[in-house]
Amino acid sequence: MSEEIKKEAPAKVKVTIDGITIEVNPGTTIMDAARMIGEEVAPPAMCYYSKLEDTGGKCRSCLVEVAAGSTADPRPMPKLVASCRTGVMDGMVVKNFSSERVIDARNGVVEFLLINHPLDCPVCDQAGECYLQDFTYNHGKEYSRYKFVKRTFIKEDIGPYIQLHMTRCIMCYRCVFVADQITEKRVHGILDRGDRAAISTYISRAIDNDFSGNMIDVCPVGALTDKTFRFKNRVWFTKPVDAHRNCENPKCCGKATLWLRGEEVYRVTSRRDKWGEVQSFDGKPGWICNTCRFEKKKTSDWVVEGLTTIPRHSVIGANKYKKLVVPNDPLQEVMKGVQPKLLMDIHSISEVNNPAIDLSTIMGPSNSNDFKKAGQHEVPYDETIQFGTRSDKEVEE
Amino acid sequence: MQALTHRAKQVNRSPMNFWERLYLPAIFQGMSITLRHFFKRKVTYNFPEQQRSFSPVFRGLHILNRDAEGRENCTACGLCAVACPAEAISMEAAERQPGEEHLYREEKYAARYEINMLRCIFCGLCEEACPKDAIYLSETFAPSDYERKQFIYSKQDLLIPHPINEPEEYKKALGNRAKPEDKS
Repeated sequence: MSEEIKKEAPAKVKVTIDGITIEVNPGTTIMDAARMIGEEVAPPAMCYYSKLEDTGGKCRSCLVEVAAGSTADPRPMPKLVASCRTGVMDGMVVKNFSSERVIDARNGVVEFLLINHPLDCPVCDQAGECYLQDFTYNHGKEYSRYKFVKRTFIKEDIGPYIQLHMTRCIMCYRCVFVADQITEKRVHGILDRGDRAAISTYISRAIDNDFSGNMIDVCPVGALTDKTFRFKNRVWFTKPVDAHRNCENPKCCGKATLWLRGEEVYRVTSRRDKWGEVQSFDGKPGWICNTCRFEKKKTSDWVVEGLTTIPRHSVIGANKYKKLVVPNDPLQEVMKGVQPKLLMDIHSISEVNNPAIDLSTIMGPSNSNDFKKAGQHEVPYDETIQFGTRSDKEVEE
Repeated sequence: MQALTHRAKQVNRSPMNFWERLYLPAIFQGMSITLRHFFKRKVTYNFPEQQRSFSPVFRGLHILNRDAEGRENCTACGLCAVACPAEAISMEAAERQPGEEHLYREEKYAARYEINMLRCIFCGLCEEACPKDAIYLSETFAPSDYERKQFIYSKQDLLIPHPINEPEEYKKALGNRAKPEDKS
């Protein structure tokens, strides 16, 4: 009997989201239907990740209003529903950005997410590509009204490649699903419950699986960050280019985004699509292995395809030049081979971007020892400069 | 021809008369204007000896702030550098190690911080962008020099004197900005 009903069910169901109607397969969620229409109507997602099974329903940032349940029962749903977990019905009318209730609820969700978030964006490596940052600035206030002591954790080392900042975590469970579905063995999970819930490796076991680095990419906040990139540079000062290499690992797609600074590869991530998720190649999500991500930090390891397209609103696109090929400088011909006289070589005085020190090759964050090794050249400064003439060394003494 | 503006003046090309050909009256007229200025208020001042006071909102040479315990405020977040329209600011960050807590306020700090004063246009956007109260534009300007390299200001040049280790210099740098409780 049930099989017969299934056969009779329409092949496509009609759903209207923010006034735009689309026909989708039955069983599609509202979120996926909205994403099929486009970015204008897609609800924000902090925990839902289409490339991972069973994600969603945790952060409540994708709440939508269902104005009419279906053609058969056009009553509105009494409460806002999580669009990533609610399937569409034929004739369903969904209000997303057009509903004041939804906007108001999301502003509330922002405040709840920020209750325990430390808001240490100036220190956090995720700043600039953080979905919580985007979500907060798009909805509600960019500051927290919460005045009480925020939850803190004992700092835990989860291996040489990944830095865990539990205070920044919003409990989206994405990284747990990555470990469950992409890597072969999960050695980390969520321990404790409620307010004390924390991502942890059981008995501080290091995450050494070959695909564990993908947890960094799925993390919507700065809770899991790349330790090899830690504090090296800000995201918006690095230049993202698409590149690929032939990875020996059969499960690794080998297509990645390199974050360059000059010729140095500061960071390697998987490529992102417009939803902030990993891009699919031939229908398969393009996860990359830890070798590609953490060990291939040379431009010669990769074949650079071109500049990554960055959304206009993103700070990452600031001061980037679109052309990778430098146009021919006619000065040489005009001057008949005479080199222009440089009035000052910046490296003779500047200590930033020292050619003797490659920050990208240092494993883990650089510290004061790395900068001492590079050899601080003492520069005689004019005594008339008003503020401070001391060097770092004197301060330490 | 119609004049484009109302300020256009027709030049008198008629030949000079006897009075004008004497020249001397015109010279005396010019000298009288010069002499009158001897007794007027001077608009210039003798710069190094005499200095004008700066307005409190003057945007001059940058300083890097320390907190009350003398720790550096800057966390090398890069917001000043990204806000800088002249791209004058560059920095390199490092992680604070155990034992360096008295030097830097947060776990990340600017190991290198440079401002190219030749590039800087003193717009004050860095001060506006700073989330950590770390960079301010002071009421002074960069001293002139014959060499370019003197205008690359490193972190040591920009940091304010240590309030505990160098109270004298700190007080001097504070100037009339000192709060009443600081004066006691």
